[in-house]
Amino acid sequence: MIKGEHISKSFEGRTVLDDISVEFDTGKTNLIIGRSGSGKTVLLKTLVGLHSPDEGRIFYDDVCYTDLGFAERKDIRKDIGMIFQGGALLDSSTVVENVMLPLDLFTEQSEAEKRERVDFCLRRVRLEGADNLYPSELSGGMIKRVAIARAIVLNPRYLFCDEPNSGLDPQTSVVIDNLIQDITREYNITTIINTHDMNSVMEIGEKIVYIHEGRKWWEGSKDDILLSDNRELNDFVFASAMAKRAKQQITK
Amino acid sequence: MFKIFEQIGRYCQLMGKVFARPEKPAIYGRRIMYEMEALGFNSIGLTAIISVFIGAVITLQMSINLESPFIPKYLIGYATRETMILEFSSTVVALILSGKVGSNIASEIGTMRITEQIDALEIMGVNSASYLILPKIVATVLFFPLLTLLSIVIGTIGGYVIAYATDIMIPAQYVEGLLYDFRPYSITYSLIKMAVFAFIITSVSAFCGYYAKGNSLEVGKASTRAVVASSIVIMIFNLILTQLLLT
Ligand SMILES: Nc1ncnc2c1ncn2[C@@H]1O[C@H](COP(=O)(O)OP(=O)(O)OP(=O)(O)O)[C@@H](O)[C@H]1O
Ligand SMILES: [Mg+2]
Repeated sequence: MIKGEHISKSFEGRTVLDDISVEFDTGKTNLIIGRSGSGKTVLLKTLVGLHSPDEGRIFYDDVCYTDLGFAERKDIRKDIGMIFQGGALLDSSTVVENVMLPLDLFTEQSEAEKRERVDFCLRRVRLEGADNLYPSELSGGMIKRVAIARAIVLNPRYLFCDEPNSGLDPQTSVVIDNLIQDITREYNITTIINTHDMNSVMEIGEKIVYIHEGRKWWEGSKDDILLSDNRELNDFVFASAMAKRAKQQITK
Repeated sequence: MFKIFEQIGRYCQLMGKVFARPEKPAIYGRRIMYEMEALGFNSIGLTAIISVFIGAVITLQMSINLESPFIPKYLIGYATRETMILEFSSTVVALILSGKVGSNIASEIGTMRITEQIDALEIMGVNSASYLILPKIVATVLFFPLLTLLSIVIGTIGGYVIAYATDIMIPAQYVEGLLYDFRPYSITYSLIKMAVFAFIITSVSAFCGYYAKGNSLEVGKASTRAVVASSIVIMIFNLILTQLLLT
């Protein structure tokens, strides 16, 4: 469980997050949705501690993360996996080296054990035969998969994904979404996913938080979202012509 | 003016992070070897080419300007040697390396910053400053003085080649000048300077890259800033070190 209480954050006087209180459940895929620029990435980075909130507190299970110093946070950070919007693979390392890095840094395993774990994770994200390629030689979908493999290699208890399927075709998106959901259930991880893709929302939205202009506007599940009468949320959900037509069909 | 002090403060803060106790020394060993090749070994060619030409030109210039029967010819060799050791092979080579290595470091680290690679390291619980910057500092501080030695040797050879190829002087006189009044301390002085300059180039450039934000345009600016800032700091420290070490 990850909880944020009254989180506010501003940059140079401009408020980006305004008094947000949220709770994300273990073993579920929790979604943060919202328009581009609404503050999703900032919220996610505040939750993992890359930005420190101006106000408010963040809890990881029962530990108050905001009260911890750098050294004490390290223990929790080893349990965190994060997939960045652009993948954020190290350019100068191959696929295998990227996935192996956390093992190199934080375990005392032998080379063979590490290799085995890396192979397992790469198989888990269904990426084989790309072991010695560099990030510049991969496609967008492959980069996302390597990023997922790297994020899960240390068996995290918390997984953060910043738009894991942006820039991917609808089919690959669904594969990535389902992959993240499977992993979440299999290892009982607390997963938080940023997205503005309605397909993902309908596919894996077990708990959804809608952020609008830095505030929490709505929360619920994929079953409630189509029926909500929140105007901003409806504008967001039914932005496309296809969605509008679908809604007309449903309400008819 | 206030801004400069603010920058110096941030620089010192970053260096504090860089020199925090490393978590896994074994990993650093491998990275240092890698950086030695990337930053040091790959600069050998540039250093050699520039040094051989400068050595030749200095010898030529000296012989043209010292065309007098009262000045012994061997002084040309002597002057070439002293110029190479005292200023060229440390200060000028450092300035050239700041253009090559400094911009390389700033753009590499700046790119890692804007593509969130540095954030990714931090999330893993890695001290990103130390992991990325310390190996570069160690590698350049150890390797650049070797480039200085190389530059001295190649520069004096360049002078010899000119003496041999033209009829400005007898090569034996040049060699006599090279050995005249030789003080090994000059070389020590030159190597110490280069080690300090290596630290300046690497740390200042890394600093410029580490705090880059925005897009690739900003990375370009950061790498220009890195070259300008490290060149200026090198000139200031050249003055300070010369005062400290030679007087
Ligand atoms: N480091 C920063 N410094 C200053 N402003 C920032 C910073 N990071 C984000 N912002 C601002 O915060 C706002 C929210 O940005 P954020 O990246 O969270 O949007 P987002 O919801 O993730 O959008 P997208 O869906 O396009 O990724 C933006 O207006 C942005 O300009
Ligand atoms: Mg974002």
